[in-house]
Amino acid sequence: MNRKTVYILAFPVMLFLMSLKTAFTSMQAQSPSTDSLKRPAKFGFGRPATAQEIAAWNIDIRPDGKGLPAGQGDVKKGKLLYAQKCAMCHGEDGTEKPGVKLPGSALVGDTSANSKPKTIGNYWPYATTLFDYMRRAMPYNLPGSLSNNEVYSITAYLLNANKIIKADVVLDAKNLYKVQMPAKKLFIMDDRKGGPEIK
Amino acid sequence: MKKQDKTDRKIVTGKMSRRTLLGGVITAAVLPVQSLFASEAKAEKQVLTDIVDDPTKIIGPGPSPLGKRSLFEQPVRKPSDISSRTPLQDMHSTITPADLHFERHHAGVPAIDPVKHELLIHGLVDQPMKFTLADIKRFPSITRTCFIECAGNFRTGKTEMTPQDILGLTSQSEWTGVMLSTIFEEVGISNKAKWFLAEGSDAAVMTRTIPIAKAWDDAMIVYAQNGEAMRPEQGYPMRLLLPGFEGNMNIKWLRRIELSEEPYMTREETSKYTYPVKDKIRMFSFELDARSIITYPAYPQKVNKGWVEIRGIAWSGRGKVEKVEVSTDAGKTWQLANLQEPVLSKAHTYFRHLWEWDGKATEILSRVTDETGYLQPTLAQLVAARGVNLGGYHMNPITAWQIGADGRVLFKPETIK
Repeated sequence: MNRKTVYILAFPVMLFLMSLKTAFTSMQAQSPSTDSLKRPAKFGFGRPATAQEIAAWNIDIRPDGKGLPAGQGDVKKGKLLYAQKCAMCHGEDGTEKPGVKLPGSALVGDTSANSKPKTIGNYWPYATTLFDYMRRAMPYNLPGSLSNNEVYSITAYLLNANKIIKADVVLDAKNLYKVQMPAKKLFIMDDRKGGPEIK
Repeated sequence: MKKQDKTDRKIVTGKMSRRTLLGGVITAAVLPVQSLFASEAKAEKQVLTDIVDDPTKIIGPGPSPLGKRSLFEQPVRKPSDISSRTPLQDMHSTITPADLHFERHHAGVPAIDPVKHELLIHGLVDQPMKFTLADIKRFPSITRTCFIECAGNFRTGKTEMTPQDILGLTSQSEWTGVMLSTIFEEVGISNKAKWFLAEGSDAAVMTRTIPIAKAWDDAMIVYAQNGEAMRPEQGYPMRLLLPGFEGNMNIKWLRRIELSEEPYMTREETSKYTYPVKDKIRMFSFELDARSIITYPAYPQKVNKGWVEIRGIAWSGRGKVEKVEVSTDAGKTWQLANLQEPVLSKAHTYFRHLWEWDGKATEILSRVTDETGYLQPTLAQLVAARGVNLGGYHMNPITAWQIGADGRVLFKPETIK
């Protein structure tokens, strides 16, 4: 065995010893500690959202009218749109007929409390919810396809059919949220907090 | 394919030469991808038809990329147009296999590309932000076991009903994700914010408003279920998890959160998921009340005279199960059941009670008490408290099973009016 061969053979052994030393040092360095104490104020993950991105998705409408878009609609246009886009599931005039099972729920009915079936007249506390829900999720077969003007018109038609607004009302962002719904007075917040009482 | 068929048959009959084995392996290795389905179906069929008298004398199929249930075990969900139910009578403990977790969605299951999916947080925040799934996964993670239950989880009406039929809209998983409070701290929440709107990326663009206290308490954004990526039916790639709160609030396919001073009064918190209580309509019932059910013995099982271990699950949306009591004499007397440890908060808790059945017809029932001191009511108590028009939401009555002298077990349907 010449000197060169010895070096060649010794090299891997040295590497092995070096790696052992590194492993040993890092083991010593690993004293137990919890990382939760060192959480940063901000992680810096994610990115700021642009105004356009927010506008594209921000379609919700609050009971105080916040979020209602520009545009308007009336009962007459709404009646026509209802016939074209809603009647196939909710019935010709939105009412429940004896012996007929509608694919969707009945929307028009008696506005007195606790009457059946549950309709906009007797079970919807806020008019803004109609606009919000229809625009995001209806018609069921083409969700999100209605224009703001169309949603205003169908909302006007349904509120009129439930005898909540007059036939000549033009709905827009300024008056829709002011419509008082007959069912609002019925709604109460759940105040149960557990404990023995059955409520 | 033909060659492989031959090889498989040889393996099953046990007369396998080294050459045949090698040939089989090589053929399998060069199989084109499109034939994988065909060969899997064939293999399954073969196992079914090749059940042998003595499995110790025949080499079985080798390892496979994806495990399957025994062909003798076929638990299935029970789907309707809008939901599917967990087969609780087939479960032996409290984790629901992900493919058997109940479903309820309002416009079908969306197909979402996880790379394109983003979560927007805006409204009363310091800085509106967008997070990708990869961003969400970078935050410190946490794993928690809890149940999810649909608010409308109550059916009755006939004796031939299984636990799945009666209340199969509840399931339990081990969820992994990030605490919502971690994300809220990252965005910076205005102290004017009292509620937050959560919105899904499904065709219903489903929304609910949630009190902000839940975000600082135990709400999470989760992306994994029982150790793997969450199933599409459960909200892939990310969903809101609100332990103990009614199912629909745990918004699936979460794409947006908006902080607000007041609730939005969305359709799902006004005209749906609300219920008549006497002459009023109760809204914003978030927590699911304590409930239990015996899942064995239950319809369609049968029992034999002698020792029977009564088994079931109990849970509460308000905390831990304190105790479960079982009656084997139609509710005249009650005994404490054993609870399987660990008893977790807002989680299905397995209970057991040993019973020696004398062979006489009787009724068996269970009732749970949660850590707030709430005792699961009877249907009659719920009707007395809420009136006869109480509707189908937040119903948690005691379930009774009738045991016939022949050992048949039938549900005892009680009428509301």
